Parts: sequence; structure tokens; C-alpha cells
Amino acid sequence: MTQSDFLTIVTPFKDKVFRLAKRLLVSTEEAEDATQEILMKLWKNKKTIKNYNNVEAFSMTMTKNFCYDKLKSKHAQNLKIVHNNYEDTQVALQKQLEVSDSLEWVGKIMNTLPEQQKLIVQLRDIEQYEFKEIAKMLDMNETAIRVNLSRARKTIREQLTSTHNYGIK
Amino acid sequence: MVLNNIEQLLEKYDNGETTLQEEQQLKDYFSQETVAPHLEMYRPMFAYFSKSSKEQFTKQVPLKTKSVIHYKWLSVAAVGVLMFGFFFNSFLNETDDYTETEKALAYQQVKESLHFVSKQFNKGTEKVGYLEAINTAGIQVDYLKEFNHPLRRVFNN
Repeated sequence: MTQSDFLTIVTPFKDKVFRLAKRLLVSTEEAEDATQEILMKLWKNKKTIKNYNNVEAFSMTMTKNFCYDKLKSKHAQNLKIVHNNYEDTQVALQKQLEVSDSLEWVGKIMNTLPEQQKLIVQLRDIEQYEFKEIAKMLDMNETAIRVNLSRARKTIREQLTSTHNYGIK
Repeated sequence: MVLNNIEQLLEKYDNGETTLQEEQQLKDYFSQETVAPHLEMYRPMFAYFSKSSKEQFTKQVPLKTKSVIHYKWLSVAAVGVLMFGFFFNSFLNETDDYTETEKALAYQQVKESLHFVSKQFNKGTEKVGYLEAINTAGIQVDYLKEFNHPLRRVFNN
């Protein structure tokens, strides 16, 4: 397999790997490192890559596991940078600002979700995978995924409603 | 799109029962300029989802092609080096730079020292010569064997 062959396989989903890593690891740099690591692992195993019937799903599972490992080692280090515990108290005046502000809010709310819910929302609402694919990637059954997804969506909606009404009601 | 329809979809959506097509419908609806006021809170949610899906990985990944070591050629090279070594070794032996007199001197010295060793050796053997007396005594003691004969005779009877 040449480099260009490899790139044609990898290009369609490398952004997805990156976004998934970023969702879990929060920091862009770490997500980039993780993505690079995943791609290198794939490149190293390029001979066996043809045997996998779904390289994309396989890579997503790999990414998930890799990020979990990363997070675990980070917790073990007793060092935690919390990105989401500050509140923006300034009142946004323009509608534009307000929109981007509430977009940020969604991101912050998503960061507070449990990791599994984060993963599922990422895979379903952002990457738009079918439930069947997600089930395969996460090694869960579809019902459990639906339940988790529903919980996550409701949490996001409720939190958004309360921030949206902040100062009004 | 009918608002009623959207509300129904949203309920399904919250329960995690929508299909991808239905979710796309919702996304399309919430990307409009005007949204029903009581559904306003869904707007940032869907906007965020579509925004997040556009983020890209831009870092370059170095893909190294590992050069495979050919052990066959490695062994050929090793044999070559060995033969080269042997050749030079014999070449150097042919042209050792000792003169004839030096060689003779060395030979003489070795001879002398070996001579000395053998002289000391002989001295040693002379001193151990008296041990032969034991041998003669041994022969003399042989008559003791005669004891065996009468004993055998006794046991046989």
C-alpha cells in the first residue's frame, strides 16, 4: 500500500477522528496529537487494514479507547485543567454575539455530560452515524444508545432553556 | 413546514427515536432566520451541531515508509568483509619487518631458555631416582602371594 492509497482510505474520516478526540480531550492540541497517533497506528498496520471490513468504524473505536486511556492517565496525574467552570457575566448586546455566545454554551454544557453521553451525541448529532454503526463502534446495544442519547439531549435542552431564560423569568 | 410537525419531531428527537432524515429536517428548520419563540432554545443546539461538524484536522502527519533490511545482501557483504580481512592478514604476514639477525637472536634465546628448563627437569628426575627401590621391594614382597594357595586349598576342602 502506498502513501496515496492510505490517504484515500483515511481522508474521509480523519476529521471525524479529530472531532471525536477533541470532544473527549477538550484541548485542540491534545486532539491533534491523538489523531496523529491514531493515523500512525493505522499506517503501521497498513498490511492488515484491508482485512477490516469497516476501517472507519474501527478507527473510531480506536480513537475512543485511546482518548479514554489518555483521560485515565491524566486523572492519575492529579492535574486537571478545567475549561468549563467559568461564567461569562457580560451581557451580549448584539444578536450576533448572543448567538455565538449560546453556541459556546452548548459546547460547555456538552463538556459537563458524562463521557459516554458525550460520545454518543458526538457520533449521532454531529457525525450523523446510524444507530447500528454507533452500536458497533461503542460495543453497546442500540436501546442503550437511544436511552443515553435521549438523556443527553434532554440535559442540553433543559440547561439551554434555563440559560436562555436567565434574567427574563 | 408545519409547526405541529416540528413539535412532534422534536418530541421524538428528545426520546432518541428520530431517523437521520428527520434530524436533518429539524436542522434545516432551525437554521432559518425565524423560529417559533417557544422553540428558540433548540436553535443554538442545532447550530452548534452543524458548526462542530465542520471542524477539520489540519495537522500534517509524517508517514514514514520503513525501509526493509535485506538480510540476504547483508550476509553477502559480511562474507566480503571477512574475505577482505583474511587477504590483508596473510598479506601482512608475508612482509614482517624483522631482519635475519634478529630472528637468529630470538631463536637462540628461546633455545637457551628451553635448555635451562630441561636441565632443571633432569635434576628433578635424578633426585626421584631412589624411588626405584620401592619397585625392587615390591618384587620381593611377591612371595606373599604364596599365602593365597594354602588358603584356597583350605576353602576348597
